[in-house]
Amino acid sequence: MIQGVQLDMLSADRLSKMTSYEKIRLILDDVHQGCVVVLERGLTPEEQGKLLEATMMEIAPGGFSGIEIETYPSFGGDKGLFGKLFKKGDNSRMMVIGPVDQLKMLSREKDRLIAWASAAQ
Amino acid sequence: MAAFLRIKGFFNKLFSKKRSRVGIYGPPNAGKTTLANRIVRDVTGEALGPASEIPHETRRARRKEGVEISSGSGNKLMIDIVDTPGVTTKIDYHEFLEYGMDQDEAVARAREATEGVAEAMHWLREDIDGVIYVLDSTQDPFMHVNIMMIGIIEARKLPVVIVANKIDLPDASPQRIKSAFPQHPVVEISGLEGNNMEALYSKIAEVFK
Repeated sequence: MIQGVQLDMLSADRLSKMTSYEKIRLILDDVHQGCVVVLERGLTPEEQGKLLEATMMEIAPGGFSGIEIETYPSFGGDKGLFGKLFKKGDNSRMMVIGPVDQLKMLSREKDRLIAWASAAQ
Repeated sequence: MAAFLRIKGFFNKLFSKKRSRVGIYGPPNAGKTTLANRIVRDVTGEALGPASEIPHETRRARRKEGVEISSGSGNKLMIDIVDTPGVTTKIDYHEFLEYGMDQDEAVARAREATEGVAEAMHWLREDIDGVIYVLDSTQDPFMHVNIMMIGIIEARKLPVVIVANKIDLPDASPQRIKSAFPQHPVVEISGLEGNNMEALYSKIAEVFK
């Protein structure tokens, strides 16, 4: 049997058919099982807030300690007319979410995230 | 009778004008309570709550009503200040053991901290009219929790002032915070030393008026 970390990569198409609650539940269920979830299109800010609240409710000292969540940072805001016209917003960016004791971000740049993942203890 | 009711409505509106609730948000250990204490002390001489170097010292939102902020140009603004627990996506009780707490104390603190973060998010969704977002100038402003919180604040169209705190420390880099959030006003201060507080009060009076 291969030892490692399971990656669950969700397409934008699949995510678009899910409600906010379904997305949050799926992410947290996956993370509880030690999976790293990669979303082709990230959560909206409101959904991220709800995910954070749900995560806090499920943290148990000695057990689940929370999530690591990352996306490409937004640099410079919306500059100029074209930036405003073709604004994509942060929720269109890929997002990575995993258990905090298994996923560690090593560096985040404008267009590159480097993470290290380990199997569950 | 209709005219009387209209006049009564006008005066009711005038005198019961709701004061803005301004929440002090940010990641743990950014200096939120130190700043809240500085603001409230400058105005009323009191403190809002204890601050410490141990993360999650504030585990319940604390509100001080009727804080009058005066800008340098003489503008005055009456607000309620809400000091909130530090927002994070993870809380591990082992972190508190490193500060000399015993296991029971650390576990209890972790439990209270998780409730506090959820409560802070609830306040932001329901009861906050504006945000002072506090960042430690010695830390990376691009941490996801900051990007996420600013995104939520923008989605809710709340006015925001970003505070680049701890500029008294030698490795402070408030410029990184300005580069990270150029779309919002950023004020460099030291909440601990009280540096540049006048500039912050002017910005608060301007943004939350």
